[in-house]
Amino acid sequence: MGVVVEAVVKIVIVFGIVLTCLAYLALFERKILGWIQLRYGPNRVGPWGLLQPLADLLKFLFKEDVRPTTPNPILFSVAPILSLVPALMTYAVIPFGDRIELFGREITLYITSVNVGLLYLFALSGLGVYGIVLAGWASNSKYSLLGGLRSAAQLISYELTLTLSVVGVLIQVGSLDLVEIVRAQSGAYFGLIPKWHIFWYQPLGFLLFFIAAVAETNRVPFDLPEAETELVAGYHTEYSATKFAMFYVAEYANILAVSALATTLFLGGWNGPGVERLPLLGVFYFAAKTAVFLFIYIWLRATLPRFRYDQLMRFGWKVLLPLAFANIVFSAAVAAIA
Amino acid sequence: MERALFVIFALTAIVAALNVLLRRHPLHSALALLVVLGALTGLYVLLGAYFLAMIQVVIYAGAILVLFLFVIMLLNIRAEEARLERRPFFRWLAVPFALLLGAEIFYLVRTFEENPVPSGTSVGVTEAIGRELFTTYLLPFEVTSILILIAILGAVVLARRG
Amino acid sequence: MTTIPISWYLAVAAVLFTIGAVTVFVKRNAIVMLLGIELMLNAANLTAVTFSSYFRELAGQILVFFVMVVAAAEAAVGLAIIVLLFRHRETLNVDEAQLLKL
Repeated sequence: MGVVVEAVVKIVIVFGIVLTCLAYLALFERKILGWIQLRYGPNRVGPWGLLQPLADLLKFLFKEDVRPTTPNPILFSVAPILSLVPALMTYAVIPFGDRIELFGREITLYITSVNVGLLYLFALSGLGVYGIVLAGWASNSKYSLLGGLRSAAQLISYELTLTLSVVGVLIQVGSLDLVEIVRAQSGAYFGLIPKWHIFWYQPLGFLLFFIAAVAETNRVPFDLPEAETELVAGYHTEYSATKFAMFYVAEYANILAVSALATTLFLGGWNGPGVERLPLLGVFYFAAKTAVFLFIYIWLRATLPRFRYDQLMRFGWKVLLPLAFANIVFSAAVAAIA
Repeated sequence: MERALFVIFALTAIVAALNVLLRRHPLHSALALLVVLGALTGLYVLLGAYFLAMIQVVIYAGAILVLFLFVIMLLNIRAEEARLERRPFFRWLAVPFALLLGAEIFYLVRTFEENPVPSGTSVGVTEAIGRELFTTYLLPFEVTSILILIAILGAVVLARRG
Repeated sequence: MTTIPISWYLAVAAVLFTIGAVTVFVKRNAIVMLLGIELMLNAANLTAVTFSSYFRELAGQILVFFVMVVAAAEAAVGLAIIVLLFRHRETLNVDEAQLLKL
C-alpha cells in the first residue's frame, strides 16, 4: 500500500512540475525568438512577461469552442486527447535523479524503473500518430486531411531513424532500462572526460537521434505539416479553444520529453560532479542539460528555413536511415572488440 | 488485484472485438481493433511477457493498424449500407451454435480453477528472448527477415501505378 | 493476491477468435475481413503466450514474435492487393469480385 501512495505522490509532483515547465517553455520560446529577432518577447503581463502563461491559459479556457459539421464528432473530440496522453505518459519512465533519503525511507527520483523502458517509449511514440491522423480525418476539411496524412507519414518515417539511433546505446549498455543507462554513464575517462555516450561511442547516434527527434515533434525545419503559410494550419486547422490547447500542450510535452530523453541517453542523465554525496544535485544537472536541448530547439526555430516535403522525406529515408544502420554496425563492432 | 485488472482488460477486449464486428464504417472497426490490441497488451503484461507486450504496441498498434488507417483514409472508404437478408436459414442455425460455444466456455471457466498462471519472476524478459532468438531460433529469424523483404517488394510492385 | 487460472485466458482467446472468424464470414468489406483475420491472429497469440507463461517455456513467446512479424508482412501485401482491387472495380465489396475478369 505504501508503494501505491509513493507512486501517486511522485506522479502528482512530476505532473505539476512538468505542466508548469511546459507553460513557461511556451513563454521562453516566444521571448528567445524575440531576442534572436532583435525585439522583446512578451513583457506586458506581469514583470518581465512572467504571467503570460496564465493569461494564455485563461484565454484558451474562455474561447468559443467552434465545432465544424463533421460525421465524426466523437473522433473530433477524442483526437486531441489521443495526442496528449502518450506525450504525458513518457514522463513515467524518465529518471530525474538517483535515490534520496526522505523521512527515513529511500525514495527513488523516478516514477518507475521498467525493465523494458526504452521499448515503452518507442511504443508511445508510435501511438502519437493516431491523434494527428484522426484529427485530420475528423475535421472534415481538405487542409486538415492532407496536413494530417503528411504529418503522419513524416512521423512514421522518422520514427525508424529515432529507434535505430538508440540501438547503439542499447548495444553499449546492454539494458533497456533507462535507469541502468544513466548509471552506465557515471564516472569519467582519465578522470577528465565524463563517460557520457555522446563522447564515446555514440556521437553519430546522438546526432541522428536529435535530428529525428526534431522531425518527430514537427518542429522547424521539419514543420511543413503545421506551418501557417502552407496548409493553413494542417491537422489542427479546425480546432479552437480547449482542444487546440491540448494539441499545443501535447507538442510541447513531446519536445520536453524528447529533450529529457536525449539527456538521459546521451548526456549522462543526472550524472555530474558531486552527485554521489548529494543526490538532489543530480536533478539540477538533469534540468540544466535538458534546458540546453530546449534552447537548441528554439534556436533552430529562429534560424533555419523549412524543408519542402519531398526534401524532408528524401532526407529521412536516404540519408538518416543508412547512417543509423552504419551507427549500429559501428557500435556492434566496437562492443565486440572492446 | 490481479483479477480485477484481468477482468477489466478481458471485458474491454471482448467488447471492442464485438465493435469490430458490429460497426458499419471500416474506420470505426479499425479503431475498435486498436482498443483490442491495447487490452491484449495489458493481458500480456499480466502474464509476464513484457517484451512481447511492448512489441505488440510497436508493431501491431503502431505500424500495422496505421497502415490500415492510411488505406481507409486514402481510398475514402464509405460505410456499408445495410444488407438485405438473403439467407435467414443460417440465422436459425447460428443461435444454437452460439449457445453451445457459450456453454463450453462457461464449463472451461468454472471447472478448471486449479491451474493458476505462476506468478513471481517472469520468463519473458528481453535478454532471455534475445538469447533464444539468436541461438536456437537463428534460422527462422534470418528467414523471416527475407520474408519481410519479399513482402516489401511485393507491396511496392503491386501498388505501383502503370 | 490470488492468481488467475489459465482457463480464463484461454476463454478470452476463444471468444476473440470466434468473433474474428464471424467477422470474416459475415462482413463483405475486404478491409474489415482483414481486420477479422488480424483479430484471429491476436487470439492465437494470446493462447501461445498463456501457455508459455504457464509452462515457463520461452518457445511460445518466440512463436508469437514470429507470428507478429508474419502478420505485418501479410497485412502489407493484403492491403496492397486491396488497393489494386479498389482501383479496378471502385468497390471493396468482395461479392462483386467474383469473376476473374471484369
